[in-house]
Amino acid sequence: MRSFFLILSLLFALPLYAVEPSEVLDDPVMESRAREISKELRCLVCRNENIDESHADLAKDLRLLVRERLVEGDSNVQVINYIVERYGEYVLLNPTLSGANKLLWVAGPVMLFLALGIGFAFVRRRQAETVIDELSQEEAARIAEMLKD
Amino acid sequence: MLVELGHFALILAFFVAIAQTVLPLVGAQFGRRAFMDLAAPAALVHLVLIAFSFCALMYAFVTSDFSLKIVVENSHTLKPMLYKISGVWGNHEGSMLLWVLILALFGAAAALFGENLPTSLKARVIGVQGSIGVAFLAFILFTSNPFVRLANPPMNGQDLNPLLQDPGLAFHPPFLYLGYVGLSMTFSFAVAALLEGRVDAAWGRWVRPWTLAAWVFLTIGIGLGSWWAYYELGWGGFWFWDPVENASFMPWLFAAALLHSAIVVEKRESLKAWTILLAILAFGFSLIGTFLVRSGVITSVHAFANDPERGIFILLILGIFMGGALILFSLRAAAMEARGVFALASRETALIINNILLAVAAFVVFIGTIWPLVAEAFWDRKLSVGAPFFDAAFTPFFTVLAIVLPIGAMMPWKRAKLGTAMRKLIPSMVLAFAVVTLVAVIQTGKSLLGPIGLGLGVWLVSGAVQDIASKLGKKRDLSRLLRLPRADWGRLLAHGGLGITIAGIAGLTAWTIEDIRVVQIGETFDVAGFTITLNDVERKQGPNYITTMADMTLFKEGRELSSLHPEKRNYPVAQMPTTEAGIDSGLWRDVYVVIGDVQSNGGWAVRTYVKPLANWIWGGTIIMALGGFMSLTDRRYRVAAGARKARVASKGVPAE
Repeated sequence: MRSFFLILSLLFALPLYAVEPSEVLDDPVMESRAREISKELRCLVCRNENIDESHADLAKDLRLLVRERLVEGDSNVQVINYIVERYGEYVLLNPTLSGANKLLWVAGPVMLFLALGIGFAFVRRRQAETVIDELSQEEAARIAEMLKD
Repeated sequence: MLVELGHFALILAFFVAIAQTVLPLVGAQFGRRAFMDLAAPAALVHLVLIAFSFCALMYAFVTSDFSLKIVVENSHTLKPMLYKISGVWGNHEGSMLLWVLILALFGAAAALFGENLPTSLKARVIGVQGSIGVAFLAFILFTSNPFVRLANPPMNGQDLNPLLQDPGLAFHPPFLYLGYVGLSMTFSFAVAALLEGRVDAAWGRWVRPWTLAAWVFLTIGIGLGSWWAYYELGWGGFWFWDPVENASFMPWLFAAALLHSAIVVEKRESLKAWTILLAILAFGFSLIGTFLVRSGVITSVHAFANDPERGIFILLILGIFMGGALILFSLRAAAMEARGVFALASRETALIINNILLAVAAFVVFIGTIWPLVAEAFWDRKLSVGAPFFDAAFTPFFTVLAIVLPIGAMMPWKRAKLGTAMRKLIPSMVLAFAVVTLVAVIQTGKSLLGPIGLGLGVWLVSGAVQDIASKLGKKRDLSRLLRLPRADWGRLLAHGGLGITIAGIAGLTAWTIEDIRVVQIGETFDVAGFTITLNDVERKQGPNYITTMADMTLFKEGRELSSLHPEKRNYPVAQMPTTEAGIDSGLWRDVYVVIGDVQSNGGWAVRTYVKPLANWIWGGTIIMALGGFMSLTDRRYRVAAGARKARVASKGVPAE
């Protein structure tokens, strides 16, 4: 049985510093592109941290790699593909639309429409019964008359 | 000795819980009054035994009894007293003991405050609550015993994880557990009602306070956790869509749906079967959360220590309780005929839309959280589902929810006119659109997230205010404000708080400014209109850590605002560093500085953030929780309590 504390220290070995001053590119546009890409990539040795936030050595290597590719003139997509080719799909925090992942992406909308359909059918059924206690025109007129006084 | 007594009390509690389960449930089934009357005393004894056991463990932590394994692993003599106490639940075994303590607390509360419940329903509620206790006490005793002794006690402990040595995180777990476990109460009520075969308005009224209480605690717990992440993790994020966060967020969403649908049951005797199902699911997702956190099937930033044996045990508990409850539900749901009739445009429909959006949003979070598992099991794909997915898939639900909320809240029961409700809200709409346009014009060129989020916030807050104002009648009689039911004020606060939180999230996400640089001691630099001077960096000794503390002064337009002291701490026993950000908090923005490593040229790496509206996130959360609490004190729950006293008093006379 390993201690909670030991695990935590391994997982969390803290992001004292994520992006270091020396890593930052001189061109602010390119740097902001690098940051954008970094937020999509997972630090592989951390748990659920992107490489922009992580202080792990691997994350730093990846950050430098991203910047290197950008300086070489790659587009954002090309940089991401380059890294996925080397590190596998696991590195992507934003799952692709390929294969079974389509299920993941359509699950929300499909469930929403199903739920709306069921909900609408239910409301219609409740509504059908309301017709009974609907006021007739005469009754409505009488009430209006009474309220005037 | 005390530790052994604590251990013994825990074993005893296990047997009492078995009695608390079996006798009342059998009694209720066969109409045996004597058996049913055993429910309340059993629940109280159950609580006393576990409370004693918990105190014994706390005593071991406070006195640093290093013959106990978990004290060695999670404490140290130099640790401040607050963290010796919070160390009790800062580990797997101790936190499970806190879990069952709170479970017993809720069971005992039902025994004490449930005097106005029908005898058989009360017996069943306490019995079902007892059965959850049996399952988790068995889990503790067989897989996670906190009272394991060491043959050779060391001289000192290994210290609690430094990250947990923080006031925000010391109280985060108890609140979260009060929420998770509070939902066990609604589950018990749901199963008891299914066993009874009857759900009516009275049931809705009984179950709602428990749901509200659980939701308030969950809100506070999640808020504390997110606030902690913001100031402690050093980059000012507040929500990471981490599996463990999702584990607490899913029950929160279900509890929010449940407390709205319970209103429909209470006021209109409709949506009964759905409400029962929600009550079962809400607790089910609490159990799933426990499973995700403890089993380690999903790796996350702050998962507890875990091993497969525990995971399987929790999965078994989950299967038995969910499976049992859902089978019972499918057998009995048909008996729960809806009574109230209502039109397409009505508050009932509005609350159904609320429920659909909240429940589907919760399922989206669920699917995203378990997708990596599913993908690996079925298609052998190792993939990640992270923040970008959740941001894209979840946000639309809350956007739509925020848009329809004020309109729904304006609609009367049974039959409403959509046009009338919308017309009443024209001032709010105009205000919200004005804000969106104004902000979009001012910020030119940035994403629309900021203006839209802020506009939604304005729409929710002013819609909530208009909702209250509409209760004043045509004459604008302000004295009516004082006579409004507290539930109305609760609604104003909860909905307004949600608006403030949404605005805060949008503001912080859209407009954060970041600056990274190397600063020499004595140097001054500018960030987004602020001027910061790094005066000094010192090494200091804390009670159980060494810190590198910077002294900075923050100026705006030449005026000194505050001095900031970001720290980098190192805990030698745990051999682990932590960051303490220096934050100047304000109503409109936080200035957030973090000190990094010393550079080769003698300067220090400094990260500065300006985070607009940061405090609105937690301010809104507190207001939401306050709204829930306000609703909880509503007259209709207090009146029921008063009626109970009167009846007890009158019963005393013939007895003499």
